[in-house]
Amino acid sequence: MKCQKCERPATFHITELEGGKHTELHLCEEHARQYLTQGEGEPGAAPTIAGALAQQLAVGQTAEELERLDQRACPVCGITFFEFRNQGRLGCPHDYIFFEKELEPLIANIHGETTHKGKQPKQGSGGTQQRTEVIRMRREMKEAIEKEDYERAKELRDEIKRIDEVKE
Amino acid sequence: MELNDLTNSIGEWLRGNGPQADIVMSTRIRLARNLAEFPFITRASDQDRTEIERILRDRVLKMQQSSGELQYLNVSSMDQIDRQFLVERQLISREHAEAKGARGVVIDPREQISLMINEEDHLRIQCMHSGLDVHAAWEQINRIDDLVSEQVTYAYHPRLGYLTACPTNVGTGVRVSVLMHLPALVLTRQIDKVFRSLQKISLAVRGLYGEGSQAMGDFYQISNQQTLGRSEIELVEQVADVVPALIHYEHEARQYLLKESQQSLHDQVSRAYGILRTAQTISSEETMHLLSKVRLGINLQLIEDLSMPKLNELFIRTQPAHLQKIRGVELSSADRNIERARFLRRYLNREEDSNGGKN
Repeated sequence: MKCQKCERPATFHITELEGGKHTELHLCEEHARQYLTQGEGEPGAAPTIAGALAQQLAVGQTAEELERLDQRACPVCGITFFEFRNQGRLGCPHDYIFFEKELEPLIANIHGETTHKGKQPKQGSGGTQQRTEVIRMRREMKEAIEKEDYERAKELRDEIKRIDEVKE
Repeated sequence: MELNDLTNSIGEWLRGNGPQADIVMSTRIRLARNLAEFPFITRASDQDRTEIERILRDRVLKMQQSSGELQYLNVSSMDQIDRQFLVERQLISREHAEAKGARGVVIDPREQISLMINEEDHLRIQCMHSGLDVHAAWEQINRIDDLVSEQVTYAYHPRLGYLTACPTNVGTGVRVSVLMHLPALVLTRQIDKVFRSLQKISLAVRGLYGEGSQAMGDFYQISNQQTLGRSEIELVEQVADVVPALIHYEHEARQYLLKESQQSLHDQVSRAYGILRTAQTISSEETMHLLSKVRLGINLQLIEDLSMPKLNELFIRTQPAHLQKIRGVELSSADRNIERARFLRRYLNREEDSNGGKN
């Protein structure tokens, strides 16, 4: 199928629901992007997560893909992609790594760029990964206590303490 | 420093003495930061939030010597009027005031610096200067950020920069806003055109109290939207670069009004002044609207018996929480309107030589 606006193949199929009637659009990537961004620019409009997400999802995913994606949960904080989509806020720093593939087009959409250019923390950029692990360990410790697995909870507690001491 | 002491000062953003202060009220820069070892706020347990608050409060207050006398205010234990009072002074955000759970703010006596703990991100550092002063504000906030980062491990990714709860802030986490008073562009109906052109270069325009707030009193905040892929200095300059053009347009619109309809403008300004001096009950919105007209009148020398600092003071003192703090009691909305009118009458009709701002 050809794009409705040019000669290139239509790779995006968009269904618009307006006033109870469907409109099917078949567009190439460039025209799909153009179409989906044309609504922007009302006074005071900032790029919202919801808006950027809606665009990304309309362009990239089928319903089944989306459903599968929605169920993925970050191993560190437990947030699912579905929860993120709903509230527009991530659950922990590790989400940027765990959902990297899904977030990248969203971030590109919001900022027009995907690579940081600016300052770094004084202590350097290392250390985040290891500290993020503490989030997972605290969560596991809580679960261990709930399951009355005190052996495991104690191990985790000591481990967290060890990492915390490095920081002080 | 007690919270009540603040009622006697007007804070940095209304000092009205910085560069271009006739049109640019203030420059504000904020940085969004998170601790690496805690989940972001939406996934944080009560215990996490308490722990984050304790860590950040202790570490930030350690910077004392280097940043002057900092004070910690526990926002979660404040009553509603005090929280609203801090919002009106732009020391905390509306979201921070209305949130739940452990949270607080660290401020300096001049009210230039505020560090919100447990807002949307674990830490929101804010620096405010009078007038158009982006570079000094950036240098100050950059220094504070460096000091904090020596004390904690920020969530940071080598490619994505500072990690934030919302991907709209990722990267530098920086938001540069310039608060401008643009009454002539509003009167000449050019303001929408200006906004559309700002959006084309991806700058955001908001009202006085940030996201979703209305443009009260012809005050507009111009800020960057992009936070990733450009350095902090580039983002600071992106905002700073458009301000002179906006100042120029506002000046042109003012000259146009003076030339084409001086009489009608003078009439509007004088009526606004008259209402403020004589009304018996007045809402906060109407007050802002009229104060804006009077402010324009002072700038154009149509009103000569009121100074700009004295007028600026009214923008903050007539806000709901300020009125109630000054009065010392909680007031219903109707009573506030009566109290506001009484306050304005006293303030604007008293003898010029009586200095100080109270009663």
